[in-house]
Amino acid sequence: MSTAQRTEPASGPPPVSGPVRGAGRPLALRLVARPEVGVFLGALAVMVFFLVAAPTLRQGDSMATVLYQCSTIGLMALPVALLMIGGEFDLSSGVAVITSALTASMLSYQLTVNVWTGVLVSLVLSLAIGAFNGWMVVRTGLPSFLVTLGTFLILQGVNLAVTKLVTGNVATDDISDMDGFGQAKAVFASSVDIGGVQVKITVFYWLAFAALATWVLLRTKYGNWIFAVGGSKESARAVGVRVDFTKITLFMLVSFGAWFVGMHNLFAFNTVQSGEGVGQELIYIAAAVIGGCLLTGGSGSAIGPVFGAFMFGMVNQGIVFAGWNPDWFKAFLGVMLLGAVLINLWVQRTATRR
Amino acid sequence: MTDQSTAPLVELRDAGKSYGNVRALHGVDLTVHAGRVTCVLGDNGAGKSTLIKIISGLHRHTEGEFLVDGEPVRFDSPRDALAKGIAAVYQDLATIPLMPVWRNFFLGSELTKGPWPLRRLDIARMKETADRELREMGIALDDLEQPIGTLSGGQRQCVAIARAVHFGARVLILDEPTAALGVKQSGVVLKYIAAARDRGLGVIFITHNPHHAYMVGDHFSVLRLGTLELSAARGDITLEDLTNHMAGGAELAALKHELAQVRGVDVAELP
Repeated sequence: MSTAQRTEPASGPPPVSGPVRGAGRPLALRLVARPEVGVFLGALAVMVFFLVAAPTLRQGDSMATVLYQCSTIGLMALPVALLMIGGEFDLSSGVAVITSALTASMLSYQLTVNVWTGVLVSLVLSLAIGAFNGWMVVRTGLPSFLVTLGTFLILQGVNLAVTKLVTGNVATDDISDMDGFGQAKAVFASSVDIGGVQVKITVFYWLAFAALATWVLLRTKYGNWIFAVGGSKESARAVGVRVDFTKITLFMLVSFGAWFVGMHNLFAFNTVQSGEGVGQELIYIAAAVIGGCLLTGGSGSAIGPVFGAFMFGMVNQGIVFAGWNPDWFKAFLGVMLLGAVLINLWVQRTATRR
Repeated sequence: MTDQSTAPLVELRDAGKSYGNVRALHGVDLTVHAGRVTCVLGDNGAGKSTLIKIISGLHRHTEGEFLVDGEPVRFDSPRDALAKGIAAVYQDLATIPLMPVWRNFFLGSELTKGPWPLRRLDIARMKETADRELREMGIALDDLEQPIGTLSGGQRQCVAIARAVHFGARVLILDEPTAALGVKQSGVVLKYIAAARDRGLGVIFITHNPHHAYMVGDHFSVLRLGTLELSAARGDITLEDLTNHMAGGAELAALKHELAQVRGVDVAELP
């Protein structure tokens, strides 16, 4: 019914009786009803707010720092969002980042091999963790919440225990003087000079991956299948979509993201703290939800989580630049999450009301 | 079994299915010919769903034979069944409500263009094809981008039928397509069943409504408690008989007999 009204301007003159609608209103409303547009406006509002509240944020360097913060969240929010559109969660994504970094670091250091060996072994291990998550979910039919909660706890324990066992410490040894470190740092953790401002390379990866994810989601068969398995697994299977393949590869995509961010952390800071990463998975999920991905699957975008992550990074750094107590960060985030979700809900209801 | 003119597209011989200890279906014979509508009737729990799950490749049969074009087959997934030209249109799980009509139409069989790393959906061609096929089925939609969940139940069924026909289905399995629909909408769906039959498809029409079945059916199989109670061609059975079988005619007769033994019940006045 809504569609009949929406298409009125195209199919004929609007009815004479009844309220007169402006020609642009349906289009504007339709645009605002897109969750990505809603979160874009939200991100814009948060940015303007902090630009006013924290004048130092207006400098290029500060903005680069904000974007860097955004990119480390955003890089993970992307695959997490795709997985969410595909109808599943991954609670192990936060600690999986640390697992991959620990693996690469300890393997290279203990065996005294080129760091690239560690990087590759870590990639294989990460993908295996993702494949295990996905396989468990499709094989048992258990909710992914439970399966990945299990993986989350396992990885958290293994991270600590193995690191202590190998290094006798909770952190790994500094690998910055090892073979191949410089190369790997150039790939995963270098900076690019733009008009005198040092911008971290992760920002470019983030935006490039977002563009790629958008293309895959909207323009490829695989993207079609992601929406389908999240929308209705049974229907998708009945029309010939390879549901299990799609779900398992989505979990592997998340673990690939975890590996990527893990490698960045390792080559940016030279060592890894084994207890970190806990709670990050919820930040990624929150960024995806703020970005308009449906918690129950079947709807969402790749560009929405980009703005979602931007809001997070902006608040995180904005508080610091504004000189406020950073202890308030999480509280601020919570309010923002609820606010974004409520505004999205309200806008969607208003825009789709007839 | 009256039409021997063509070989059956799909044939079940003494087929059955057990889930562990539960024997959901046994001793079922069924043939589907091109250009014929085979109706499968039965009460809830009679084994209709199990039957279509076997034919559509969702479950494998555990007893008897299942032949397509005279060759025994064992399907591992609906993809295998689709490859043989057997397409199922389900009552409730035919479509993804949140996805646009055209994406639903091509789901699982998307048209693509370009070499591999850049292989992408051919959206223009898909929209155009979906629009044309739907119009041929008599469904005109203003906007193929609208989520299919916004269509009415009858329209969704018709989109699903048009989709199956487009993808070269030779055998169409319709699971209770009229169950959730009103009188008018049911008529629309029955019309498409007839249209599909006239295009030379073999149709398996599953329903518990003998009136709907009798309007389009060429052959009627009634399932009861997991096995065939009746298998008759249209010429050998009247709507009254069919209704009687569906309503559990034999059981009713037995009940009537029992009631006759009880004093105080005037069985002469019972139908």
